[in-house]
Amino acid sequence: MTRTATTSPDATLGAGANRALLGAAGVAGLIVLWEALPRIGAARPAYLPPASEVAGALAGRLGSAAFWTAVGDTLAAWALGLAIAFAAAAVLGFLIGSAPRVRAFTTSTVEFLRPIPSVALIPLAILLYGTDIRSTLLLVVYAAFWQIYIQVLYGVADVDPVAEQTARCYGLGRLARIRYVVWPSALPYLMTGLRLGAAVALVLTVTAQLVIGSPGLGQEIAVARSSGAIVEVYALIVATGALGVLVNVGIRALERRALRWHSSVRGEVL
Amino acid sequence: MRTSAAGRPGRVLARLVQLLLLPALLIALWWVGSAASGNYYTPTPDVIATTFGEVWFSDRFFVDVLPSIGRLLLGFALAAVLGVGLGAVLGLSPRARAVTEPVLEFFRAVPPPVLVPLLMLLVGVNTPMKLAVIVSGCVWPILLNTIEGVRAVDPVLSDTCRCYGIRGPRWLTTLVLRSASPQIMAGLRQGLSIAIILMVISEMFASSSGLGFTIVQFQRSFAIPEMWSGIVLLGLIGFVLSVLFGLVERYVLGWYHGVRAASRGE
Repeated sequence: MTRTATTSPDATLGAGANRALLGAAGVAGLIVLWEALPRIGAARPAYLPPASEVAGALAGRLGSAAFWTAVGDTLAAWALGLAIAFAAAAVLGFLIGSAPRVRAFTTSTVEFLRPIPSVALIPLAILLYGTDIRSTLLLVVYAAFWQIYIQVLYGVADVDPVAEQTARCYGLGRLARIRYVVWPSALPYLMTGLRLGAAVALVLTVTAQLVIGSPGLGQEIAVARSSGAIVEVYALIVATGALGVLVNVGIRALERRALRWHSSVRGEVL
Repeated sequence: MRTSAAGRPGRVLARLVQLLLLPALLIALWWVGSAASGNYYTPTPDVIATTFGEVWFSDRFFVDVLPSIGRLLLGFALAAVLGVGLGAVLGLSPRARAVTEPVLEFFRAVPPPVLVPLLMLLVGVNTPMKLAVIVSGCVWPILLNTIEGVRAVDPVLSDTCRCYGIRGPRWLTTLVLRSASPQIMAGLRQGLSIAIILMVISEMFASSSGLGFTIVQFQRSFAIPEMWSGIVLLGLIGFVLSVLFGLVERYVLGWYHGVRAASRGE
């Protein structure tokens, strides 16, 4: 265990390739199992269609314009909701986080509002906006906001007092201190909040489409289910999962880019 | 001496003001706003409060609310056992971790509510389906956090345990799970909030009872104050569960906070 910590870059590269190989083997094993279970009769094909059939249905979907419209609707609602939540949470978090007195007055309200499950707002959203994209946004923004807001609060509170005092001694003004001291120390927290918020926002986007029926992948799944097309349901779930993976990978890449300078990314400092 | 004695009631008062000022302001704002607009969709707080008493302090509490909460807790407990158990196995074996990692990443990325339609087709509309929905959604943060936590066990402590011949279940509980517990608790907390969401959704979809079903029913029949009272109840359940979880967490992680405080020199 201690030996792996001191391996040369070549060896870690080899280990990385090895890991990727093992991972690919895991994926292949799952697909083979999925294909085999219904074929040998261990699972009813009506309930678990073989992987090849689902792949065929998915390929068929990939060729249709309606599918890509649904993906576009889902991504648009996700991105817009996340952007609104991010902007509001970052601004409010920085303002309230940097004024400890104000923060003390808001804590009880935040601690009460935060655990409220955003799906509780579904009936309200339907009443107010019907199946409009705004009802999706209401849920997405509420859910993602708290994830990011709490992280920003922790980030602003985490500023090193020595760095803060040093900046004061060198005569940095309030704005300059925010730019050069508070912002860099809060950024890792902000990015973590963004990552958590992005995942939650996707869940709520699809949920709203599924339950409320606003256009998107969730609605497609609901339609496929009510017409009993189980192969299509599987295909759409795989597509939704793939979208989730893409979103995760994208946000991770963004995080690495924004935190290039930070020790959690610059491994060699450790 | 005298200042502190005189200061204590003052400090309690200041603390109370801190806790209650903003909520009171917000409720007042809501009251004034809803009374002034007279909007049918936003009843005043007193209407919501009286409706809340009428609707939920009745048979409904035993027919709809308690079974919902029971399913939520049972599903969460199943997910916790499954997540921590599997997570410990995968966390201890680098090879198994490498094989399963991409598969787990994929399953985690699937938004849990999309499994509701599938499970409705597979399991039917009944209690096992609702439990399956809850478990399938909230097991992931628990599983992944446990893997991470178990992986990060201090190698020096691990070697020490080996030297002293501590192995088997004792090694698992005193070293591995104990040192992973801060991360496991973080995963459980995330899992709990997902479990509430899924409990509500599984009932909204296809059900003839339960909290989610009742609230949607109110909304469809335009029973607006009743619907609001349901939203408030869901909020209260979320809030109470999060407070209870905080208490359990403080107990379980007491040693951890102690260690941290000691290392800070307090």
